[in-house]
This record gives sequence, structure tokens and C-alpha cells, in this order.
Amino acid sequence: MQTYGRFFRHARALLCAAAVMVPMAGHSVAQAETLRAVMQSGLRVMDPILSTAFLTRNHGYMIYDTLLGVDSDFKVQPQMASWTVSDDGKLYTFTLRDGLKWHDGEPVTAEDAVVSLKRWAEVDTTGQALMTMVEGIDAVDDKSFEIKLSQPTTLVLSGLSKLSSRPAFIMPKRIAETPSSEPITEFVGSGPFKFVEAEFQPGISVVYEKNEDYVPRDEPSSWTAGGKVVNVDRVEWVTMPDQMTAINALQNGEVDFIQEVPFDLLPLVEAADGIKAEVMDELGAWTYFRMNHLYPPFDNKLVRQAAMAAVGQEDVLKLLVGNPEFYQTCGAVMGCGNPNGDEYGAEWVVNSDIERAQSLLKEAGYDGTPVVLLQPTDIAMLAAQPIVLGDALRKAGFTVEMKTMDWQTVVTQQGNQNAPSEGGWSIFSTYSILATSGDPFGNTTLSTAGRSSWAGWPDVPEIEALRLDYARAATPEEQKEIAVKIQKLAIDEGVVGPLGQFRIPAAYSTEWTGFPKAPVTLFWNVQKTAE
Amino acid sequence: MFPYVIKRVLATIPVMTMVAVVVFAMLRLTPGDPAAILAGDDASGAQLEQIRRTMGLDQPILTQLFVWLKQLLQGDLGVSLISGTPVVSMIGSRVAPTISLALATIVLTIIVAVPMGVVAARRPGKLLDRTVMTFSVMGFSIPTFVIGYLLIYLLSLKLGWFPVQGYSPIEKGIGPFLHRLVLPTIALSGIYVALVARITRSSVIEVMGEDYIRTARAKGARESTVLLRHALRNAAVPIVTVIGIGVASLITGVVVTESVFNLPGLGRLVVEAVLARDYPVIQGLILLFSFTYVLINLTVDILYTVFDPRIRY
Repeated sequence: MQTYGRFFRHARALLCAAAVMVPMAGHSVAQAETLRAVMQSGLRVMDPILSTAFLTRNHGYMIYDTLLGVDSDFKVQPQMASWTVSDDGKLYTFTLRDGLKWHDGEPVTAEDAVVSLKRWAEVDTTGQALMTMVEGIDAVDDKSFEIKLSQPTTLVLSGLSKLSSRPAFIMPKRIAETPSSEPITEFVGSGPFKFVEAEFQPGISVVYEKNEDYVPRDEPSSWTAGGKVVNVDRVEWVTMPDQMTAINALQNGEVDFIQEVPFDLLPLVEAADGIKAEVMDELGAWTYFRMNHLYPPFDNKLVRQAAMAAVGQEDVLKLLVGNPEFYQTCGAVMGCGNPNGDEYGAEWVVNSDIERAQSLLKEAGYDGTPVVLLQPTDIAMLAAQPIVLGDALRKAGFTVEMKTMDWQTVVTQQGNQNAPSEGGWSIFSTYSILATSGDPFGNTTLSTAGRSSWAGWPDVPEIEALRLDYARAATPEEQKEIAVKIQKLAIDEGVVGPLGQFRIPAAYSTEWTGFPKAPVTLFWNVQKTAE
Repeated sequence: MFPYVIKRVLATIPVMTMVAVVVFAMLRLTPGDPAAILAGDDASGAQLEQIRRTMGLDQPILTQLFVWLKQLLQGDLGVSLISGTPVVSMIGSRVAPTISLALATIVLTIIVAVPMGVVAARRPGKLLDRTVMTFSVMGFSIPTFVIGYLLIYLLSLKLGWFPVQGYSPIEKGIGPFLHRLVLPTIALSGIYVALVARITRSSVIEVMGEDYIRTARAKGARESTVLLRHALRNAAVPIVTVIGIGVASLITGVVVTESVFNLPGLGRLVVEAVLARDYPVIQGLILLFSFTYVLINLTVDILYTVFDPRIRY
């Protein structure tokens, strides 16, 4: 409205142009209750069980619900269901709350939940670990189901309440019966928003409507727990390939929210009237590098330690983030701020110690075998790490060969188990959100079963045994004790090299309030404060 | 003429077949894995294998090529490996913004550049000519995104005349459609105006020395008649050629302009598809672009005969 009003004031002489502007006023009014959000990328993959992409996960939170949620104190809370556990800890009984309906109007049943959990557990790391201890998941009646275990484990609650990639979203049985290797093709959930298929443009825009049938919980909202109260009619996710355009559009009132503001453009947002920059995920993300344990030079533990000693987190974070308000150094593999985080070895993991690195290389008898370092150039949050890594490794005495490529090629290369001299790789770096990295199952880097584990293929049986112990631990205190041991081993064995933590701010119009502060991007409880 | 057109249309079949096979082969030889993109970078090797099987990417390349060519013969471009959407509907939803921007740009270019070139050619080396050529150099030199940002800053953020970004389909009203098209059209026209103005100027200068121009002037024709009826028409062949190339390049992707103004056009779709290794979408788009070039070349060739009756096929 504002745009057109000013246009009329300034261009009265342009009668022809003015005449064609009139229909737009009505168009704008009709969208008054619409929240328009610019997301980090375009939604294309719609199955949050098949894909671990963050945007797909956020889409999942819009239209699906989870049985359990997690609050900001990391406590598991009931969401779709409440639970009881037997005295021996081997039988969990879940009861669905009243009023749960699918978007097509059908009631949510226990059988829907059972089939959904089975599909999730086929592909999710926590789910897979859990299933090794599950004797059966069965519906008792329409409203309740049981999980029978061979031994007590906390993975039932932590898995079913998993925050991120992949949350155990509940789908109708007919949809959840899709094989886990195939994407679902029908998008019916029971969450607070409905997906508007007719307006979906893959990669461009997604539209969600308020689910009028959704009954929120009474408890206050906290992360994915508590009441999911929807105060808008529609939420539109739009994709803007140019972040400068997104900020201009926010300033001009054309969009209301930007999920991630690049650090170099933050001063523009902070200087603009009517716009607020704020970190929504206060836990943030951690960046790290991974070495290929299968081939020289990183098949040698001392060489891996040398690389970890050579690179300094502050150097990486200065280049990657710049503003110290948004980053912190941290040596913990499970993340500073997470209950399990432990900074063993921080003194040489966090700071660059070239002398120590040189000494380790000498001790290891490093023969100058080239280190093939993958360098993605198309994603700002991944472009800085290889530059600093390459420089630090060279200073320590490594022979470094940078391979420049786009991120998707890096993703493909990650799985390449050939030797670096035959098209493989030695090092790549990436980042993950901390909310999912605080346990040895959500933290992908801590899978250490050799060639069957995640890229890098570390083979550390002690960590694998400790992960099983973690799964069997009955209390958070026991889990923490085991987690500390895992992190110590991960650093000593050079399983992963932490490069520091950072938080990416969002930006929104001050006409809106109530954006949930959580490790995942959520749109319930948001409301307009001004017209 | 008619047999010539038929011959040219038939000649597109082997061209398109070659393009299809070469594009297919190049894509399969390029590093990248749509399964990894679909599953996310935390996916395990076993999960990726399963997804590749589901997508048919575990089949030999020749088998995949055969399956795709068979689909093509049935008029089916397949479905996106990433979103599962039919390629035809993905392209269909992106064609309108691109065509709209291309047509608006070409119309603006012709309206501005041809008169500029003719005016400059009238007195080469004089002030007007130098002014036009200075603008032309600027049009070539300033990147489109810089012009775009300047226009957004001035006309959107400061004066509030136009929206910063976005596309409004013509079905939602001609007003919003044109309103959102103004800034990208101006930004994109810069380089094409510069190009066409220079070509027009040099072509007109060339024909101004011809005998028939001297004859027209000797017969007492007015200077405007000499310029427009005799000089411009005879200078039209190179101008039409450049405009034709311009139309083709506009339709086959103006990624920067589409990104700066957030237009959901074909240029962005190409980039998205390439980054996602979405093979069927890339293949469909390259086929479309090749066909566009063939069609525009044919149109330009036919237009030659309109402007210069001496040309016969």
C-alpha cells in the first residue's frame, strides 16, 4: 500500500501508469494477515524423513507435529502424546491427546504414529540405534501405542523428541507406508499449518495456511514444546537468490522476515528503521573439518593431531563471521552450550600452535604426501574455512592441494572412498547446528565404524562401544559421563577438528512480534503488532 | 520460401537429437549426485545407494539415455529428481516471467536504441553522435546488477514508485504485472540499447555513402525520408541480426537480472537445476534453449527477405 501511495504522490502526471496501479491496492489489502518470510534457500525436497536438509525440516515443523517436544532447558515434553514408562524401563506407553486431526479431517490414530516411527527409524541415526533395542512398536488402541525394549534406554524420549534432521514427524499411515528411500508425494499432516499445494512453486515459493482445526497445547511455547498458537492466516516462504534484494524488500515492506542475514550485510539491517536483527537460534552452529582416515597422510593419528594443532579457530571465525558478537571459540565436539559439551584438549584445538604441529609431523615421519583440500566457493558460510585451513597446514609443513568446486560437488565427493591421488579427498569442512550435535547419535561426526560411517570413515571401536553405552544409559548424568569420554577420544584420535561456533542473525519488521527463539525456524506464536 | 522454411524446420530434428545426446553425456560425466542432494549431506552411503536405485541412477548410462530418449519421443521431459514435479510444468511456470522480461526489454531497446543510432549517424563525430556513443559505452560498461541496485535505491527505496522485487502474473492484472516489470526491464535494457544503438549507427553511416542515398537527396527528398525510408531500411539486416541474437540470449537466461529483482524465470531455474544436478530439468531446459535459438535464427532469416527483397531462398 505504502509503495503505491507514494507512487501516486510523486507521479501524478503519469496518468496512464497510475490507472494501471489501481488493481494492486486491493491485492495488497487481501494479504494483510500474511507473513512473508525469505528463507535461506528454495524448498524442493518435501519429505522431512527422506532428507536431512534444514529447509525440509522447517517445512516439516509447519505441517507435521511430533509426539514429543524439547524445551529450551533441553527437557523432553509431551506434544502430540504423553507417556508413561514401566518400573523396569522396558515398556513405554504413549497416549495421543484429544483433538488431533489430519488436515483432511480424519482423526490421528496410534497406528499412524506406529507406522511413522518405523519409517523414521529406518533412516535416522538415533532411530537406527534405538531399533537395536526395540522388541516391538505396536498400537494398543486408537489412542495409545507401546514401545517394548530389550533393555532400558533414554533414546526413546530423545529420539521421538529429536529437534533436527531428522525429527520424528508423524504422518498418516497411508503416507508413512512409503518406503524410506522414496519421497512421499502427498503432504497431509496434523501440524499447525496446512500446505497449499496449488500455490507451491518448487524453489520459488511455498504457501501455508492456518490449520483451523489445530488444538494447541495449553503450556507456554518453548522450542518445539508447548502451545503452537497460530495468529496469521497465511505464511508465505519466498526464495531470493540475492540477499541484498531480500534486505531491500524488507526495508520496503515487501517481506516481513529474513531467516538468515549475511554478516557483511548486517550493518545495513541494523541501520534501517523498522527492522530488527535478532539471533533466533541462540545455541547456533559449529563448524569443523573432517579428515580422510583411510589414506595417507591422515591415516596416521599424529598427522591428524598436527592438522588440528595447526589451525586456529579465531582465524577461521574472523574470516567467516567477522563480528565477535556472533562467534565464540570452543573445543567441545558436542558443542559449548549443550549439556554434554566438554572442552577436552581446547588448549591446542582452539589456538593455532604451529610448533606443536611441526613437531607432531616430524614425529609421524610425514613424507610430504599432498593433502587434497576441498574448497566450495558458492556458499559464503563454507568458503572461508578451507582458505584458513590451507594456510595453516602449509605453515605447519603440509603439502596442500586445494580443489575448488561448488558445494554440491563437495557433497558428492564426500562419499568418494578413493585415494586422494585417484580423485578422492583428504580434508573438507562444513557446519552443523549445535542443537543436534549434543549427543553421539545426532552428531554425525561421532559415528566411527570405519567405512560404513559418515565421510572421513574413522575406525575407533572404543567410541562405537561408548555410543552403545550412551544409548543404554538410564540417566542424563550417566550420559554426560560417557559423552565426556567420547569427546576425549574424538579429539585424541583426530575424529573431527572443531573450528568454532557462530550464530546467524535473522531480521524482521518491527510490525511483527513473537518469533520463537529456537534452534529451528518456527512460525507459530508470531503476530502482527501494527497495520 | 515455403520449401525453405520446411527444410529449415526439418533440419532442427538432427540438431535437437545431437544436442540431446551431447547434453545427456556431459551431465553424466560431470561430478555430482542428485541422490546426495535429495537426502542431504548427512545421509549414509547405504541410504544414498537406495535412493540412487529408486531414481534409476544405478542403471548403465546407455540404459538411462535410452529411457530418456524414449520418454522424449512421447513428448515427456520426465520429472525433477529433486522435487518430483514434471519438468514441463516446472518450465511452464518459469517461462512467463522470462518471456515478459525479454519482450519488454526488446521493445524498449528498439524504441530507444534505433532512433539513437539513426540520430547519431546523421552527423557522425558531432556532439549528438558523441553523446549517444558515450551513453552507449556506459551501457556496455556498467554491469546490469549495478544499474539494478541504483534503480532500486532511487526509484524503490527513496521515491517509493516501484516495488523492489518480485513478479506478478498477468492473470492477476495488467497493472501489477507492468509495475513489477519496469525496473528489471530498464536495468536489463542498458546493454542491449548500447549494442543496438552502435550497430544501427554504424550500419546507417555505411549506407549513407551509397549512390541511392545521393540520388534520393538529388531528387529533393527530405532528410528524414532519406534516413528512415532509404538508409534505415537498407541498414536493417545487421540490426535485425543483433536484435535476434539479443532475443535468444534474453530468453535463454538473464540470471543476474532475475536474481537482483527476484524474478522466477528460466535463468534462475537453470542455475538451480545445475547446482542440484537435477538432470531431467537441465536436459529439458537445454533442449528448449536450443530450439529457441533455431527458431529465432529462422525468424531472423525470414525477416531479411522483408527488409531486403534481393535476398531470396
